[in-house]
Amino acid sequence: MAEIKKYPTKQFDCWNKAKELRMEIYQKLAQKASGEKNWLVASGGTEGLIGLPAGLGDDYVPFGGEPYGASTGAMGKSQEMMAYCETKGYARDICGYCRNYLGSTFSDKFSFGGKYPHPDFYFQLHFCDTHGKWYQPCAEYTGKPYFVIDIGAMYRWPKWNESEERRKNKFEYLVSQMHDSIEWMEKITKRKYDDEKLADAIYNEVMCSSKWAKCCELNKNVPAPMDEKSMYAFYIVHVLRRHTKEAVEFFNILYDELKDRIDKGIAGSAYERYRMVHNSQPAWYALHIFRYMEKFGVVCVGSQYDFTLSGGWEYYYDEKDVPHIRAAEPPANLKEKLRTRDDALRVLTAWLLDYGIHIRSFRFPMIERRNIDVSIARDWNCQGVAMHLNRGCEGWAVGQLEVRRALIEAGFPVLAYEGNVADPREFDEGKTLARIDAFVESQKLKKLVG
Amino acid sequence: MGTIEKFQEIYENRHEYANIWKAKHPGGKILGCFCTYVPEEIPYAAGVLPVRVLGSHEIEDYTAPHLFGMFCPFCRDVLAQGLQGRYEYLDGICDANCCMHLLQSFEAWGLNVNPKTKVLRVDTPCTTQNSYTKKYLRGELNSFKKDVEEWTGKEIADDALDHAIEVYNENRRLMRQIYELRKADDPPITGLESMYMVVSSQFMDKKEHNKILKEALDELKDRKLHRETGTRLMMVGSENDDVEFIQMIEQKIALPATIVIDDHCTGTRYFWNEVILEKDRLQALSSRYIDRTPCPNKDWPGRVRFPRVLQLAKDWRAEGALVIQQKFCDPHELDIPPLREFLEKNGVPTYFLELDVTVPVGQFSTRVEAFIESLMEDLV
Repeated sequence: MAEIKKYPTKQFDCWNKAKELRMEIYQKLAQKASGEKNWLVASGGTEGLIGLPAGLGDDYVPFGGEPYGASTGAMGKSQEMMAYCETKGYARDICGYCRNYLGSTFSDKFSFGGKYPHPDFYFQLHFCDTHGKWYQPCAEYTGKPYFVIDIGAMYRWPKWNESEERRKNKFEYLVSQMHDSIEWMEKITKRKYDDEKLADAIYNEVMCSSKWAKCCELNKNVPAPMDEKSMYAFYIVHVLRRHTKEAVEFFNILYDELKDRIDKGIAGSAYERYRMVHNSQPAWYALHIFRYMEKFGVVCVGSQYDFTLSGGWEYYYDEKDVPHIRAAEPPANLKEKLRTRDDALRVLTAWLLDYGIHIRSFRFPMIERRNIDVSIARDWNCQGVAMHLNRGCEGWAVGQLEVRRALIEAGFPVLAYEGNVADPREFDEGKTLARIDAFVESQKLKKLVG
Repeated sequence: MGTIEKFQEIYENRHEYANIWKAKHPGGKILGCFCTYVPEEIPYAAGVLPVRVLGSHEIEDYTAPHLFGMFCPFCRDVLAQGLQGRYEYLDGICDANCCMHLLQSFEAWGLNVNPKTKVLRVDTPCTTQNSYTKKYLRGELNSFKKDVEEWTGKEIADDALDHAIEVYNENRRLMRQIYELRKADDPPITGLESMYMVVSSQFMDKKEHNKILKEALDELKDRKLHRETGTRLMMVGSENDDVEFIQMIEQKIALPATIVIDDHCTGTRYFWNEVILEKDRLQALSSRYIDRTPCPNKDWPGRVRFPRVLQLAKDWRAEGALVIQQKFCDPHELDIPPLREFLEKNGVPTYFLELDVTVPVGQFSTRVEAFIESLMEDLV
């Protein structure tokens, strides 16, 4: 029998820092709820514009609906929160994150303990069908003001040869709304907006997005320095607070540590021998399935989800007409391009429209979304794909079965399992593990560790 | 055959109609529209026949490899039609940045349905409520117009667009006039017949449909239905052209009832608003599509739709509202609890039903009867 290679592993040096940066947000929210500190809290999705309210002051804390929904799931609190939502008449198949959030709002319970930190206002970027609707009942229930920026339709994929006229129309639509949102925020908070803080937030956001993407690119290495479960712990820093200098510093540290791990041959998972892409969000209450797969030497090394959420990737075709994704480079002399409010908003708009490929794939999947998963599988040296048929998120499920077909056509076997990103009632652990067993057997992989 | 019955005939023979149209218009193109936000006037002005792609309410097993089971039954039914080759006469398909569920059908159609057709898309805004939507959509319609011109090889001149707008406006106006007749104590047209009327307009050249509408209006003046109107109901919600469901309500339950008004996209949401003419035709079109009663998918952050639903209920003296929803639709699902609360607070009792490709008529008839009975008790 061929010897199974065992790579050295090591806990990340920056692990605790990541945890600290994640938890700081929720600690501040708990302080808000208890009255200990009156942070200025804006709640909405974190995939788009969490940097915009930064101009209101250093006491601004973003309260991301999706990360909160995910955390609620990971902490095993979903059933409790969803029950509150469902007793109000909301359907069980609504987005899992949304139900967790609505349930917490209606019950006044914070999944991290204590009362719920109702925000000062709701602020959302709409790109998934649920987004704009999500905070409507919240705003009505709490009486707090609500502003939504409409992403519109995003730029089309390269081969659609979109006219400059059409792109300009989309660009101006988005930037105009951003301007309006700042005036609105000033009005409802009665604060003077600080354009320098906006510039800093956008600078940090661009740098952070690009750096996280570069960290993900390092996972092309064999063995991958990060396993998927670790990636979830890191990407969330980017999602929650990429507009902050602490996040930029963190990802610079992480990048250096990943390079060091590659130099020293340190792997994310000791027995890596079969690499997979993971499609869609995980079932947050069942992350142990990744550890189960690792017992067979199966390691998830990438995902369109945690790679591209919140932006920072360029989609392009090479000279052989093969599609790829790569980390987007920040504009040269970025700080100089952020001199005025309008300049800064234009930089952010361009960054979102050019490199927010996850948003583009929600609103206009049209063939290319399939290509992204195939290109990750190929370029990240994978042998297969684990696909979560996720009932809890319609956005990530858009075109999913066509993605599956594309992967199979490209020669990547697909392990599909059903579940829900946040609702454990729709996940059958026994069945999922049996599917994993059947898949690994089909790939002639035996268990390596108990 | 009476004029009203002609609507039913078109509805039931939509594909034959399209094929006959093609035979009569050599070189003419037919565009399959996936959503009522597609501005049909533009392709119509280029000589294209826009037709709405709807399902057939049959159980199918074609879409499972393409669409995840948790997506709405309507979008699966739509895709199934393409995969079964029922729309082979289409030369193009068009979406309008509508909901993600229908977007999946649209994408899967473009990938898998043969023969391959031109894929067009209107990048409408996701909302209709901010101050830039009309200007943005006007710009987008200009680009869409160019796409259609390139596809058809025909320039769309102003007079062609004017003509298209007039034909569509007349269609909307005539259907509204017929809907007005449903305010009567004994409406001369049932809910089912009205549904046939509206949906047949989505399959036909509007000019031809207008002729039938005018005849119908004439006929309806003296038409007496030999049925009891019974409880006056409103139908609110998702796309619904489920004949069996409406038939059940109006013909098959023990307590008489009539659907007198609706708010859904195979009903008033499709045709209610006209284009208000202005020199900038594209701006006029943009305003019409922004100002129409929005699909819940586009109705945020405020609620434009709710007061309009209530007004329709009041004006048509609906005694209760059936709130219907295609399973799995998040935008409708997030609207339904506040919508029901709003209607009930304003004196319109509601009852909720979840629809699938086919409906359990037996169970639904019991539930709808119980709802009607509760309304009658309220009146007593």
